[in-house]
This record gives sequence, C-alpha cells and structure tokens, in this order.
Amino acid sequence: MTMTAHRTVARRRQIEGVRKQALDTGRSRLLLTGVILAVAFAGVAGRLVDLTVLGNTYEPRMAKAATVPGAVSGRANILDRNGIILATSLPTVSLSADPAMVLDADEAAAKLALVFGGLGRDDALLKLRGPGRFVWLARNLTPGQHQEVIRLGIPGLSFHRDERRVYPHGALASHVLGLTDVDGRGIAGIENRFDQVLRTAGAPVRLSLDLRVQSVLREELMTAMKEYKAIGATGLVMSVETGEVTAMVSLPDFNPNKPGRMTDVAAFNRAATGVYEMGSTFKLFTVAMALDSGTVSLKGGYDASEPIRIGRFSIRDYHAKNRWLSVPEIILHSSNIGAAKMAIDVGTEMQQRYLGRFGLLKPAGLELPEVGAPLTPNVWRPVNTMTISFGHGISVSPVQLAAGIGSLVNGGIYRSPTLLKQQRAKGPGRRVISAATSEKVRRLMRLVVSKGTGRKANVRGYLVGGKTGTAEKSSRRGYSKSAKISSFIGTFPMNAPKYVVLALLDEPVGNKRTFNYATGGWVAAPTVGRIIQRMAPMVGIAPDLEATYETPMIRALEKKTRKANLVRPKQPKKRMQTRAQNRNQKRTWANSVSKAVGRYQVRQTDMEERIVLNARHALTRAVAAKNAQKPLVSTALTALE
Amino acid sequence: MTALARTDTSIVGRWWWTVDRWLLVAVVSIAMAGVILSLAASPPVAERIGLDKFHFARRQIVFIAMALMVMVCVSFLGPRGVRRIAALSTLAALILMTVTLFAGNEIKGATRWLHVGGFSLQASEFVKPGFAVLAAWLFASRRLNDQFPGYALASGLYIIVAGLLLLQPDVGMTLVISSIWAVQFFIVGLPWILVAGIASLFAAGSAAAYFAFDHVRLRVDRFLDPDGGQGYQVGRALDAFRNGGWAGRGPGEGRVKEVLPDAHADFIFAVVGEEFGLIACIIILGLFCFVVLRGFNNAAKDQDLFVLLAVAGLLTQFALQALINMASTVNLMPPKGMTLPFISYGGSSTLALGFGLGMVLALTRSRPSSGGMR
Repeated sequence: MTMTAHRTVARRRQIEGVRKQALDTGRSRLLLTGVILAVAFAGVAGRLVDLTVLGNTYEPRMAKAATVPGAVSGRANILDRNGIILATSLPTVSLSADPAMVLDADEAAAKLALVFGGLGRDDALLKLRGPGRFVWLARNLTPGQHQEVIRLGIPGLSFHRDERRVYPHGALASHVLGLTDVDGRGIAGIENRFDQVLRTAGAPVRLSLDLRVQSVLREELMTAMKEYKAIGATGLVMSVETGEVTAMVSLPDFNPNKPGRMTDVAAFNRAATGVYEMGSTFKLFTVAMALDSGTVSLKGGYDASEPIRIGRFSIRDYHAKNRWLSVPEIILHSSNIGAAKMAIDVGTEMQQRYLGRFGLLKPAGLELPEVGAPLTPNVWRPVNTMTISFGHGISVSPVQLAAGIGSLVNGGIYRSPTLLKQQRAKGPGRRVISAATSEKVRRLMRLVVSKGTGRKANVRGYLVGGKTGTAEKSSRRGYSKSAKISSFIGTFPMNAPKYVVLALLDEPVGNKRTFNYATGGWVAAPTVGRIIQRMAPMVGIAPDLEATYETPMIRALEKKTRKANLVRPKQPKKRMQTRAQNRNQKRTWANSVSKAVGRYQVRQTDMEERIVLNARHALTRAVAAKNAQKPLVSTALTALE
Repeated sequence: MTALARTDTSIVGRWWWTVDRWLLVAVVSIAMAGVILSLAASPPVAERIGLDKFHFARRQIVFIAMALMVMVCVSFLGPRGVRRIAALSTLAALILMTVTLFAGNEIKGATRWLHVGGFSLQASEFVKPGFAVLAAWLFASRRLNDQFPGYALASGLYIIVAGLLLLQPDVGMTLVISSIWAVQFFIVGLPWILVAGIASLFAAGSAAAYFAFDHVRLRVDRFLDPDGGQGYQVGRALDAFRNGGWAGRGPGEGRVKEVLPDAHADFIFAVVGEEFGLIACIIILGLFCFVVLRGFNNAAKDQDLFVLLAVAGLLTQFALQALINMASTVNLMPPKGMTLPFISYGGSSTLALGFGLGMVLALTRSRPSSGGMR
C-alpha cells in the first residue's frame, strides 16, 4: 500500500517535472515566437510610414503615365512618288456611353437621334439600355455634332480622341491603297500590307504611283469601258527600268472614304488579283524564248499552210495565209499555227523554264495582300505547250503580264513589280534573255504597231510598240463566243523603252465605230495610245519626230500585204458573218464534246486577222489624198467616221 | 455587463470576471473597424458588378455580428469543451473539404467554394482553428507522456489537411497551416537541429510551390523584378497609400476602391490607407499586434501546456493572416490572397475567425489551475 502510494507520488513528481520542463521550454519559445511576430508587425508599420509619409516611391510614377494605353497615335500618311498625299488621318472625336450612368435612356435617345441623322432613336435606345458599361454611340463626329452633344448635357456620355482615315483623291487609287476599318486597322491594299509600319513607324509610306499618270490611266480606261460597254477594265503603267508601278487601275472601283457603299465587284482588284487568259500577247513570250534559245532566227519561219491536228482537235489560223510564214510574219499576222510550231520546237521544258523566268508561273511579288496566283496546267502536255504559246490554257494577272513584257523590252532584265518608290534609277533584277534577243523583240513589237494589229496605239514621236491580245472568256460551259478579254500591251519609246502600258477590257462590246469588233486592236490599242500621248510629257519623255526604229522585213511585208489585199476578193459582210456563225456553232459542239471527254479544248480565239483586214479596208476607203503626215490613228478614225 | 458584481456566480457573471476583457475589447474594436471599413470600401465594388450598393456591407455586418456571437458563445467553454468542439469542427471541415473537391465550383482556377442553398462556404477556413487546437492537444499529450504517439498523429493530421488544401489548390492557406504546425512543434520543444531541418523544409516547400504553381511563380517573379514593378492591384494599392499620407483623403474620398476589383476583400487595407491615412493603419495594425501579444502573454502564464500550445497556434494563424495581407498590400512580399481578419469581406473567413478567437478567449480565461494571476 505504501509502496504503491510511494510509486504514485514518485510518478506524479516525475510527471510534474516533465510538465515544468515542458512549460519552461514552451514559455521561452513562445516568447521568441512573440518577438518574431512583433518584429514583423513593426516591419509592416515601418513600411507604412515609409510609403505614406516619407513618400518613398518604389518606382517613378512618370514611367507609368507614359505607357497609359488607349492614347491614339496617328497613323502615318501614304504618299505618291512626288509626295502628294494619298491617305491621311484626321483627328476626330467619338462618342460612347456608359448605359449604367445614363439616367433617362428614352430622353437621351430622342435627343441624340436629332443630332445624328444616321443613328436611329430605337437603335440608340437599344444601345443605351444594353447590359454593358461601354458602348459606342457614334464614331468620328463632326465639330458641329461634337458641340451639339456637349450642349445636350446628357450624363453618362463620354468623348474619345479618335482618328478618321481620309483619302483626298477618293476612288482614284482605291485598289492600291485599300482601306481601314472603323478602328483604323488596314483591311485591304497597302493599308493592310503595311499596317504595322503605318501604325508604328511614324514616317509616311511613299508609293511608286504617280498620281497624274494614275489619273490619266483611270480616265482613259473609264472612257473605253463606257464606250465599249465593258463590265470591267484594268490597266497598268510600269517602269521597265525599276519595276515600279507608276499607275494601276481596276474598274469598277470604290470610294474608300465611303466603305459602306462598296460592292464585291468593285472591291475586286482586276490588276493584281484577277488572272486572265491573255491571248496573243503571249506570242511575244513564245518568240522571245525561241529567239533566245536559238531555236529559230528572225529569218527563220514555219509552214502555216495547214492546221495542226491533235487528237480530234486542231489549231488553225482564221485568216490563214496557207503558206510558209517568217517569224516577223507570225507575230504580225498573229499566227497560232506558227506560234504553236515554234513552241514545240522550243520544247515543253524550255518553255516552262522561260515562263518561270518571266515571272508568269508564280504570284507577282507586288506589295499587296490581294495578289492572285496564276493558273497553270497540272500536267504540261505538248498540247498545253502549243496553246500556251498563243496565250491559252494559262491565266496570269495583268501585273505579271506587264512585268514579263517589261523584262522582254528593257534589255532582258526581269524586275519584280513594286508599289514602293525605289531610290535607284535602275532597279536590281535578273537576266532572263540576252540583250540581243530583247532588241529583236522590240523590233517585232514596233512592227505590230507600225504595220500590224496595233496601229491604233501609235503615237507620233514616241515610237510605240506593242501587241494586241483577244481571248474568249472561259466559263463553266466552256469558252464564250461573245465574252472577250481584249487587251493591248504597249511600250515606248521603242529605241530605249521606259514604260510598259497595259489596258485590258472585260467583255467589251463592239460598236459602229469599230465595225462591231471588240478585239484588243480595236478597243484597247487606241486607249493605250491616248494614255501614252498624255502621260509622256508628265514623266518627262519628249517626242522625237525624227526618230526612226527599223523594223524587220518591212518592205517585203508591205509588198506582200498589199498584194494580198489586192488579190483578196472583197466578200460581202453578211456572208462573212454567216460563216462566222457556222464556225461558232461548230465550236460550241466541240466544246461540249471536250467537256464530255474531259480533255483540254483547243480553240481559235484570234480574230485579229479580220481586224487588220477591216482596218485596211477602212483605210483604203479613206480619202487617200489626206495629209500623209497625220498620225495613223487619227487618219484611221477620220476614215471610219 | 458592468452591473455584474464580483460575487455574481452565475455563468455569465463568472465568465465576465474570468475572461480577458482587454483581449475582448481589442477584438471587438477590430470588428467595429471592419464594420466601418466595409461601409467605406465595398459600395463601389458592389456597384461595379451590378449589385445593390450596400450588398457587401450589409452582409459583412451580419457576418461580423454572427462571428462575435459565435466568439462569445465559444468563450464560455472550458479547455475540455474547446478540445471537443475543435475535434468536431475539424472532422466536419475535413469532410466538407473533401466534398468541395468533387462538388465545388471552380473559380479562377481553384476549387475552394461549396455552394449550399444560396450560401457559398469555404470549408478550409474552418479547418484552421480546429487544427490548431487538435494539434496542440496531440503535441502536449506526447510531451507529457512518451507512450502517446502525439507528434506522429499531429504531423499526420497536418499532412492530411495540407494535402487537401494543395489539391484545391490553396497555397496561402497551406502556408498558414504549415506555420501553425511548425510553431507548435517548435514551442513544444523540438530540438534545435530539427528546427533547422523544418526551416529548410519550409524553404524547400516554398521553392516547390514556386515551380509547381504557375500563378505563384508569376507573382514571385513580378515581385523580384525591380523594373517590372508590381501587378496592377499592388501598383494601385501603393498609389493609394501615397495619396493617403498622414491623415488620409477623408472618408469616401478614396479612388482606389473604384478601380480595384478586390478593394473590399484582399486589398481593403489600401482603402484604409487612402481614406483614413497612416494613423488609422497604425491603429489597426496595433490592434492586431496587441491581440497576438496579449494572447501570447496570457498563454505563457498558463500552467497547462495544451492551453499554451493551442493559443499559440490559434494566434499564429490570426497574426499570419493579418501580416501576410498587410505585407502584400504594401508590397513587402509577393501578393498572396489572404483576408485581413474581420476587416476583409468574407463570410466563411469572418465566422471561422470568430470561432478561433472564441477558443482563444475560452482558453485564456483565468481558471483555478491556470495560475490565477489576474
């Protein structure tokens, strides 16, 4: 009993000892914890004093103020090559509302509707009753509207610094410039392509465009489009020495100041986005590659006496000479048979290589987001080689065509087309044909204008050269008989070319003055002639009335053609048309067959022989005694009237 | 209350003469400050999110009143009752936290809230006070009786709670729980070598949190980067203190509450600084510090190791929440979502604090065995 009591007491003492020890340790360590926490509280208190009274700024306040978002920074201007403003930004004021702060939405909407014609009362009410805390009521107020809204004194509205993009020249360069959306972001054209630069760089973007030339080009194309009731037109003026696009127009166009009225058709850039089968202008590429590769010389030629048959189709010349044609004659008479045979001689592989060099197989390197890709055959058979030789079965954009022709005439250097002003007088480029070949092509082009299908493009004193092209438009049902793409590509002056000028009309309709013909030589060539006549003084090219440029085999040709004219019996017009209709019917049949068998359809498109013929008839009928010194174009026109 | 005579032996009378009235007054003062500040800070926030102007203020006042009632009720308990209610609340909180993981709503990347009949409940707030008391009991029992595996049990409980918190994830609250556990372990007499070990474990844990949680890394990086400055909220908060100066811009004159989404919650201290100035900030900070040190002082006088540890744990939680909140608002540490006790808006947090402080008051009441020095 005492033993257990003893033990219990001892045990209790032991426990008591442990307890005391534990409490001692606990107390001292609790004190330490308390001290640490107190120090922490003191630290926070010190920081508070530091912040509020001593004003110790952790970071300068200025730096923050500088990066306040939402400050409107001006979008840079776009200038033409001479510094004329094409696009600029004006500071404006925009109006927003905080619906939660608007006391009487009905009253506010009614008052606002009186100030803004475009903002309906219901529309405003809907906005002012919206659930959000921010809503735009009107962008880009006029100073008058601004003043009136201030005078209304509606609570909950606020003004914001804003910008409005303005295009002082309206539609003049619309497809090049593109446009911006309401928040000032570029959504098309140069505005889109250089959006970042325009927003951040501050410096203006200087384009290669010459506004004066642009104006001439647009005016002449509009005239032609109206006169020939075309559904569209496009044209380009390009410097062959630098690749700079001096003017570029696509019709119909739009006014970028009023984007709401823009239609899809107007928005389409025919010059850069549209790709077309160009027709006979492609024969220049064919003859250039044949001459350059040494396949044939200017003195050589091909037998064009019989159509070429491939499978069930044939390539023929409408106005068949039915004889051997020299190379210049093939271009002059635009012989499909000759071009096709030439291309076969050159070879498919060589043709592809040259077309690639001329920049025709890849999208043009133009600084626009809307550059169209060419359409080329998937499988390049001999039949493709032949049709491509006269511009069918391949679709390229007008920009590509102009740049390619530029490389043929400028001594053989391909320069990528550009919309930015270049510093150097001669831009960089790569050689695609020899200088000698280029010289020969120039002579052939001069021949076309001085003696051939392109006479209406001639301008006295400027030695214009060029080539006509007329292609039937392909549609879902095959090639259309009446819908054409008629074009003329010209260059001047031929002895030292500076510019390539292209005019292209979409579905032109012939009229009395053109004897119902709507081919390139009739509708596009005179347009190019007028453009050259008007633009040459602007770009500083003086006419040289004494200048001559020898064209190959002129005399022989003149004799031959005159003889042909004399020999050829005059046929009544009506009969000719019936024949044409018969041919068309046959062609339609061929089209459907070709569709059925899914084979490539070879067609005859060039009606240029007939045009030449007609022009000659007109000239013959004209008073021969008329002053011989008058330019050919005006003579022809007078004669036709 | 003052009508109670010294000789009054009713339950209320005995409570009044045994409770630490200084501590009580300090806590009630903080709660009153909370009422005033919720009226100052929360109306713009409520308006901004489209609620009634006094939505938050009204609710917070109700929460504070409820919390004070809970506190007073709990403070009537004795140490044994405190232990029991702590065990019950811990168990309930652990169950609710587990349910939250499966049935809770994810807000801003974390699953912390359980919606029950129109109320949203943050169960993890209620686990803290209970855990502090339970762990204190386990630690104390082991210290007084080697046979009892108290250290292991306390650490096991800690691991369960911390694991559940990290699953949400809630790094801030894990830090608080870890601190409670570490402080109690330290006070109960952990050898210094192990103290160093645990301290390095804390460092490792912080580093792990830095690499494991993107939001933690982002905040720390931003804090450490001298040029990058602070996050948006911290930047505005610092502006607010600068604007406030000595005496503040005056009630209602502050601007920070209009721009800070958390002006009524985690960043309420900035509103205090801007509208009431340095003096009010120091008073509030002083009240917190007083509650902590007064409680520690009471605990140190107690003869019961369990009481000492429990009060130390509960007040460590209280102190850390206040310190972390204020320190992040003044950019002394990376921002950590932590409420300022009684002052920040939050029902679960306020009620849980009332519960915790009620236990502190209960444990620090003078008892015959507690040394009876008052």
